[in-house]
Formats: sequence, structure tokens, C-alpha cells
Amino acid sequence: MKAKHQRLSLALLAVVALVGAALLAMSALRSQAAYFYTPTDAMRDGVEPGRAVRLGGMVAGKSIKRAPDGVTIDFLVTDGHQTVPVRFTGIVPDLFKENSGVVAEGAFQAGGGFVATNILAKHDERYMPPQIAGDMHKSKSLEP
Amino acid sequence: MIAEAGLAALWLAAALAVLQLVLAVTGLRAGHEATLPSVRPIAMAQAVLTGLAFAALIYLFLAVDLSVALVAANDHSAKPWLYKFAGTWGNHEGSMLMWVTILAVAGGAVAIFERRLPERTLIATLGAQAAIGIGFYAFLLFASNPFARLDPAPVEGQGLNPLLQDPGLAFHPPTLYLGYVGLSVAFSFAVGALVTRDVGAAFARAMRPWVLGAWIFLTLGITAGSYWAYYELGWGGWWFWDPVENASLMPWLAATALLHSVTVLATRDGLRAWTVMLAVVAFSMSMVGTFLVRSGILTSVHSFAVDPRRGAFILALLAIYIGGALLLFGLRVGTVKEGSQFNAVSREGALVVNNLLLSAILGIVLVGTLYPLGVEAVTGEKLSVGPPYFDAAAGPLALILVAIMAAGPLMRWRRDELKPLAMRLALPILLTALALLAVILLAPGIRILPLLGLVVAAGVGAASLAPLWKRNLRRTPMFTYGMVIAHLGIAVSLAGMASESAFTKETLVASRIGETHQVGPYALRLDAVEPVAGPNWTAIEAKLTVTRGDRAPFVVRPEARMFWTPPTETSEAAITTVIDGQLYAVVGKSDGEGRWQLRLWWKPFVTLIWAGGVLIALGGLLSLVGRVRRERRTHERLAWA
Repeated sequence: MKAKHQRLSLALLAVVALVGAALLAMSALRSQAAYFYTPTDAMRDGVEPGRAVRLGGMVAGKSIKRAPDGVTIDFLVTDGHQTVPVRFTGIVPDLFKENSGVVAEGAFQAGGGFVATNILAKHDERYMPPQIAGDMHKSKSLEP
Repeated sequence: MIAEAGLAALWLAAALAVLQLVLAVTGLRAGHEATLPSVRPIAMAQAVLTGLAFAALIYLFLAVDLSVALVAANDHSAKPWLYKFAGTWGNHEGSMLMWVTILAVAGGAVAIFERRLPERTLIATLGAQAAIGIGFYAFLLFASNPFARLDPAPVEGQGLNPLLQDPGLAFHPPTLYLGYVGLSVAFSFAVGALVTRDVGAAFARAMRPWVLGAWIFLTLGITAGSYWAYYELGWGGWWFWDPVENASLMPWLAATALLHSVTVLATRDGLRAWTVMLAVVAFSMSMVGTFLVRSGILTSVHSFAVDPRRGAFILALLAIYIGGALLLFGLRVGTVKEGSQFNAVSREGALVVNNLLLSAILGIVLVGTLYPLGVEAVTGEKLSVGPPYFDAAAGPLALILVAIMAAGPLMRWRRDELKPLAMRLALPILLTALALLAVILLAPGIRILPLLGLVVAAGVGAASLAPLWKRNLRRTPMFTYGMVIAHLGIAVSLAGMASESAFTKETLVASRIGETHQVGPYALRLDAVEPVAGPNWTAIEAKLTVTRGDRAPFVVRPEARMFWTPPTETSEAAITTVIDGQLYAVVGKSDGEGRWQLRLWWKPFVTLIWAGGVLIALGGLLSLVGRVRRERRTHERLAWA
């Protein structure tokens, strides 16, 4: 093989590999990216049941209820306008509590409730997910 | 006083970096060679000065000098000394000072030890290293001064995030930073070689130990970080595809590719332009990683401060260095001469495939990490990209890469035939088939990725040892052992990942005292839940008696800790390591009716993941020592001749 040909075939191979990887990445992104919703967004846009999403807001006051099995909890996530009932089975993070920021990862059910597979809470007193900080700010400033 | 001295040392070092760059640039022009000899000593002095500044900050943290703002915000007199010490870099300013210190010390080490490279290329390299330094000195001095005073001084510091109060903090960030910044040396070598139009085997041999060194530290840092997250977070997972984890994985992928292409360049004088390009990409990934972690653009335990100015500053540095290097590459790539030729079926060919696959995986991780940021910047929509994406997109490519890794080391340089190669691979292929049969029979219903992972790991594990077959083991060079051990480490780690993913057993219950729960081969009885206290925390501690078959029972004690400086709760998992896996127990909250949440995992062979990581790093170390010794011997022989 001539030198020029070798360079050319190497470059072609590289382009094919990278384009292939890019296509793979794009198709996986389209089906796997989890969008972030506040309860208001979710009510307005309607999220198809079963799609992986993140739901963020505050845990509504006096809304945490424990199921008899001791490891399942039900609570309401609110952004000040809308609320969504959420069910979660597992050990909640250390700073999960009422009137505190939360992000629930999971999917909406056909009935409208949300089943969380993972709960992210405010990590420490100095930290708040910017997603929540931004949205809480927005919905507060919209209030009369 | 110490703080002012530290700040002064930092300013002086910054001034020396400017001088180093100016002298290198002027000295490289024809007729001005007189300034060249002063560049080396300046690089060494700069290393000493930043070292002093960093030592000053460590002293301030150990002495809890609360009149320094950074110490007041992150230190606490009740903290154990190890966390006062490691807390020096458990915050934004301190970690950036560590970054710059390592950068300057690496530059000083190049100035001291590098003797084989042509003088002009070396000076250009030191100039590039100084140019990187200047940007980060500016960042420290203008946007994140670690020595700023606080007046009046508070009576007590605010303490360190308890998740960071762990021996891991003393080890994980420094190793990762050594890796990140070690790649800056590879970058500077590449820039230096481009400037003096000197890209060739000698340049590759000078660069290789630095790439290897950086890669070893990155491997160790990632392995340590993974194990730290595994035991500290109490979630039972060892890799979360968190953007911050990706920030350390991306430089590792690029460095792995560079490590292999630099070998082609050093041994066969091929892949010249590509290797230079990879060196630029690898350090770019370090910078992207630093940007992601330090800009506060991400939400995680790693983002200590959210200050948009800092993010913009690092982004500007990123654009200047990467843009500048790529521009230089574009201008000079035409002068890089054609390297030597090789057949498609050859060691070089296999290494090219290795490089392409690693680049593709790197691209996938990069896209998945930056996509949410891009979408939010453009449309304002918020989304996250998690494990489903990375597993689906990067998993298959990684498996192909590992499978090719089995064949690569058995191929000859320049030209090989497929038939003899298949003969050399016969035994590993047979083992792969046997493993496939065994897994399908023993674990029916296993998912496809873990199945392939186990099977490929078995085949590759055998194939990785094949280069030693029929060789005189005592005369085999140390770097060959290094390669064999590193490749074996990949197989071991892959086996651990697949086994963890396929065979983990989990039990989640609310348990009364006295109840027994089964997980995998273990039965755990909750005996008691008691309060305990540590130096700066209180905790509830569950006492569980564990039995497995008729072996002697033992006790595990998971804790849920409450720190008071700052007030935070963490869970301390109780992890029992046995020969065939780990038992992982977490205690959660009380349900108020006398029951306690328990989360129990049995993870067969999970330890192989990190054992593999350590093997990979050990292989890298053997290669490094072997290469340096070989180089020195050749050098001496040349000097005698």
C-alpha cells in the first residue's frame, strides 16, 4: 500500500468510527436523557407514563406518610402551585425532610402519581441544587 | 505573617513564570541563544516558591488560623488533624493552589531530569509549561486568593463537609491532580516539539515516562474515588456516571490512547501527527475536567463554591490553551514528516483500532457529560443524562476494545498474518467458549452486557498472559511484564463489574430488634441499635450478628452519623470483605414504632473491580521503571561508544 493510500484509509476509518460513535450517542441520548420537571411543568406539558424523568420541588409540609412495611413512603412534591404525589421504596437520603428541597428520579404512572427509584436531597446546609434554587425562586417571584 | 509570606511566594512564582516564558520565547529566536541557559534554573525556582506557598497554606490549616478567610470557612479546631491537613485541598482555593503547585513542580522536574531531548525543544517545552502556569497563577491571585484575610477573625471555623471527612480525601484529590497535571507535561512536550519542528521518536521517548506517570496516578485516583464513593455514600454503587466522575474518566481515556500511540511513535516512528494531537486532547480533557468540577456548573459534593466569575475564568483559560495549541497544530502539522509505514494487520494496526475505539468512547462520555449543559444553555430546558445512556452507548464499544486488547500484544510489528495469529489465540478463544457455556448453564437469564463482560473477561484474562508464553521469564523486560499485568488488570476489573451487575442480591426491610434477614448466603440478626459518639459527631449504631452456613458468626456495625460542624448526616456502611465478595450493610431511619430500616447487599466478587484497578496501575509502574532503566542503559552505552 502506498503511503498516501494508507493515510487516506486511516483517516476514513477514523471518520467512520467517530461518525458511528456520534450516531450511537445521539440515538441513545434521544431515548435516555431524563428531563427535569417541576410539578407545574409536568401538569402543563403532560409527561408520558414510564419515561425516565426527574421531578424537583419541595417536600410539602406534613405530607410524608409511611407505609406499613416500614420502607415505603408517600409524600407530596410541590413548587408552590402544583403538587404531585410521589411513592418511594428505600432509605431516603439523610437530609430528606418536609419543607426541604428534593429531586425525585423515576417515572409518572398512568394514574398520575410518580414512582421514584432514587431520591436526591439537599446535601448539606450550604448546598442546594441550582435547578431547585432557580425554580423555587421563579415560582416565588411569580406570586402576587 | 505566614499567610502574607505564602501570598508573596505565589506572586514571585507567577513573576518567574512570566520571565520563564519570555526568556524561552526570545531565546528560541536565532541570535538570542544567550538567554536559554537561564530557563532551567528559573523553572526550578518557580517550583520551590509554589511549594512554599502550598506549605504555608497547609500550616495555616493545621494551626487553624481563623484570621484567614479560607481557613475560617473550611476548618474547625475540633477536627482530627488528618482532616485539617487534607482539608487544605478540600475546598476551591486550596485545591487550585495544589493544582498550580503540582504544575510548577512538574515543570521543575522536567528542567532537572530531562537530558536527552534537544536543548531547544526542552526550552520550548518549559516555555509552554510556564504559559499554562501563568493562566492559573492569574486565576489564583485575581479570582481565588487562598490567603485572603478575614477581619475580624471568627471564634470558630465552619468545618468541612462531613462527606469529605474521610481518609480518602487525603489520597483521592492529590492522585487525580497529579494525573491531570502530569498530562500538562505531555501537552508542553507536544507544543515544544511542534515549535521546534522536532516530532519524532526521541520526542516520544522523552514524553512517554510523563504520560505513563500521569496515567498511573489517574488510574489510582479513579480507583480510589470509586471505592470512596462506594463505601462513603452508602448507596452500594461503585460508579454513578456522575459528571464529576466523567471528568476524571475522560482524561484517563485520552491518556490511555496516548500511552499506546506514543509507544508506536517511540518504537516504530509512526503515528506522529496523531500522537501530538492526542497529547493536546489529553490535557484538554484535564482542563475540561477542572472546568466542570471547579466552575460550580455542576451540582455535587465536588462543587464547593458557585461563583460564575470563576467558571468564566477557567472557560477562558480552556479556550486560550486548547485553541492556541490546536492553532499551532494546524499551522505545523504540514511540517510533521510522514512516519514509517505498516500493514493493516500488525501491532500498529491493532493500536490504531485501540486508539479509535478509545477516542469514540471518549466522545460518547464527553457528549453525555456536556449535553445537559448545552441544552440548558440553548433552550433553558433541564435534563440529566445518566447510567442508561452511558451503559448503552459506551458499554458495547468498551467490550469490543477489551476483546481487541486480547489480540494486540500477540501481533508482530509492521506486518502479521491472520492465520498464525488465530493459532496464538486458540487457547483464549477456547476458554471464552467454555466460559460462555458455563455462565449460560450456571446463571440462566443473565442480561446480555454482564454475560458478555464475564465471557470476554475470561478470554482476555487468558490472552493477556499469552505474551509470556514460551519466553525466558527472567530475561523478559520489565515493561513487558507491565503490559501483561495492566491488561490482566483490565480483565480482572471487568470480571468484577460484570459479576457485581449480574449477581448482586439486595434486601431492604424495616426490622425489629431480634429479627433475622437473609441476603445471598448470609443471615443477619438485628441485635441492638445504640447511640455512639465520635470526636465531632454522634451516631446510632446497629449491631447485627451475621452467619453464613456453619462458619463462625461475626458482628457488623453500620452507623448513621450526625455531624455538628456543619450539621449534616452521613451513613457509614458496614462492609465485610470475604474471599468471594462483600457483604454491605446500611442502617437507615427508625419508623417510630421500634423498627429500623436496613439495607443489605451481597456483592459477589465486587472487590475485583478495584483489585483490577490496582493491577492496572502496578502494570503502569513496572512499565515506567522498565522503560526508564532501558533508556538509561542505552544512553550510557551511547555515551561510552
